[in-house]
Amino acid sequence: MIDIRFPLGLMFSIFGVILTIYGLATLGHHAMYATSLGVNVNLLSGIGTLIFGLVMLFFSDPVRSRMKKKN
Amino acid sequence: MDTKFALGGIDYLIMGVYFVFVLGIGWALKKYMKNASAFLEAGRSIPAWVAGLAFISTNLGALEVMGMTGSGLKYGMHTTHFYLIGAIPAMVFLALFMMRFYYGSKARSVPEYLKLRFNEKTRGLNAILFAIMTILASGIAMYALAILLENVLGWNFLVSLFASAAIVLAYTYLGGLSSAIYNEVLQFFIIIGLLPMAILVMKDVGGWHGMQASLAPIVEAKGYAPDTWTTHWKYTGHASDNPFGVAWYGIFAGLGFVLAFGYWCTNFLIVQRAMAAESMTAARKVPLIGAIPKMFIPFLIILPGVASLVLLNDPAKGFALPLNDAGQPIYDYTIIMLLKQYLPAGVLGLGVTALLASFMSGMAGNVSAFNTVWTYDIYQSYIRPVTGNKEADDKHYLKVGRIATILGVLASIAAAFIASKFGNIMDFLQAIFSMINAPLFAVILLGMFWKRSTGNAAFTGLLVGFLVALVHRGLSVPEGATTLMKGGWIAPLITYPVEMAQNFWTAIYAFSAATLLTVILSLLAKRTKTDEELNGLVYSMTPRLDDSGVLWYKRPWFLAVIVGVMFFALTILFW
Repeated sequence: MIDIRFPLGLMFSIFGVILTIYGLATLGHHAMYATSLGVNVNLLSGIGTLIFGLVMLFFSDPVRSRMKKKN
Repeated sequence: MDTKFALGGIDYLIMGVYFVFVLGIGWALKKYMKNASAFLEAGRSIPAWVAGLAFISTNLGALEVMGMTGSGLKYGMHTTHFYLIGAIPAMVFLALFMMRFYYGSKARSVPEYLKLRFNEKTRGLNAILFAIMTILASGIAMYALAILLENVLGWNFLVSLFASAAIVLAYTYLGGLSSAIYNEVLQFFIIIGLLPMAILVMKDVGGWHGMQASLAPIVEAKGYAPDTWTTHWKYTGHASDNPFGVAWYGIFAGLGFVLAFGYWCTNFLIVQRAMAAESMTAARKVPLIGAIPKMFIPFLIILPGVASLVLLNDPAKGFALPLNDAGQPIYDYTIIMLLKQYLPAGVLGLGVTALLASFMSGMAGNVSAFNTVWTYDIYQSYIRPVTGNKEADDKHYLKVGRIATILGVLASIAAAFIASKFGNIMDFLQAIFSMINAPLFAVILLGMFWKRSTGNAAFTGLLVGFLVALVHRGLSVPEGATTLMKGGWIAPLITYPVEMAQNFWTAIYAFSAATLLTVILSLLAKRTKTDEELNGLVYSMTPRLDDSGVLWYKRPWFLAVIVGVMFFALTILFW
């Protein structure tokens, strides 16, 4: 069977990259972040999501077995 | 009140990525679906943590999420009873005492367990009621989703309805139960994407203490003690002291015992996730693994609801709920309005995707439970024998399971259309069918732990318990009810302060009637099954499981202790 950590990690890494880039691109757009009390939530959520996605990917079977082969 | 979201390209991009993964997982699982067991039971190969997250995600449908945030606003922290006393003890009990019988017997579904333990007619009654209930539930979810998409995103109702049905059909048809479970895991993690919203709401009301201070005058004006909204047991001494309208013994017996155990321990929709686990030890750990994140979900969805009461009473915040035709606020829209209020484009897309995901996995969950019960408990036992050939190969049942998936989705669409024309009737039917859980729990409990209980007694108990629930609803009304849909269609003899109280007591009466009748009839009749036949089905007739081969910290009992400690800590913390 498929190890769910792989698609899960991949999806959240993509979410993370999208949100981080968007957060960086909108850095200093104070009007846009007035709703979120002045916090750049895209950047913060993006980084958090990306870390989660990468951790999931790192522990997923396809990635681990590839790393074993290399060693 | 404008409920429309202004979604940008970035939000649609996030949504699109999610849909690609949902369908991609279904596609990738397709090649593993070689027989009926793989399709309908996930081949009993799911790791405990995956099944554990799916176990609680199945319950975390969008209607649940929206309803819980709304209840946070209406009842305050009392709503957390649904996540603590109303879930955790039942999940621990299922794990430690019941899972081994569901998983260890040859049953492939809860109705099939009833057949093995009792008789064919008990199974038949439960299977048919369950099949109708799942279709109603998925139809209502589908309807609610389409309405939401229309109101919030401005999408066409029919397009939303058919598009969501097509996506759910595609991934459950391709990957069966495995696909449903995998998507529930995705959904679980996307729901955590609501965290930025929850944090921002709490920040805006000045954190927990700021919220407590602001709530005090608002709650006092409603006629309750100032800290009623931020405590969950303190004011349950008298039913009239808390907004639930139920005293502690009602919460204990109604929610904590009958409703919770009936739902978590006997609803096949839920139990099916644990039955798909890869081993007996894994199956017993599934509910315990689910219980840990379950206890923290209130911080994500209930707490922001409680804080909304502050926002609603502070004109400076500009927070309001849409009103219905009668001019009453629609509490279910609380979370929608919070998302709109606090999230900018980007994370907003993630928030909307979380709601979409929970809608679709709610439907998929129902469809994947329906096709199993249809294939094994209705088709294999009643329809196949009539066609002459009693035995058929596994390929045949795989095909039947796939056709049942299509039929289930089509029936759900039909149910969604009926709901759009006669919304009240659908809510009414769902309330009626939700009454099967309480007597079912009584019967399964007696079956599993009392070898003396007989098939005929169980069947009668199940049927009469259901009828008692119907009659009780016919005789009682929640205060201020304007339609017969809420009850009282025989004669409104009993009045409950709120609908919640009516539900609790309906469940208690149905459970008691079913228990009493099953016990009496069993004692009057001769035992129908020998001790040997009950091996693996009844507690006292089954050798104890030996966990000595499992490391101590990997044993279900150890996990149960951790869950218990966390449960008591949270209960006392928010007392």
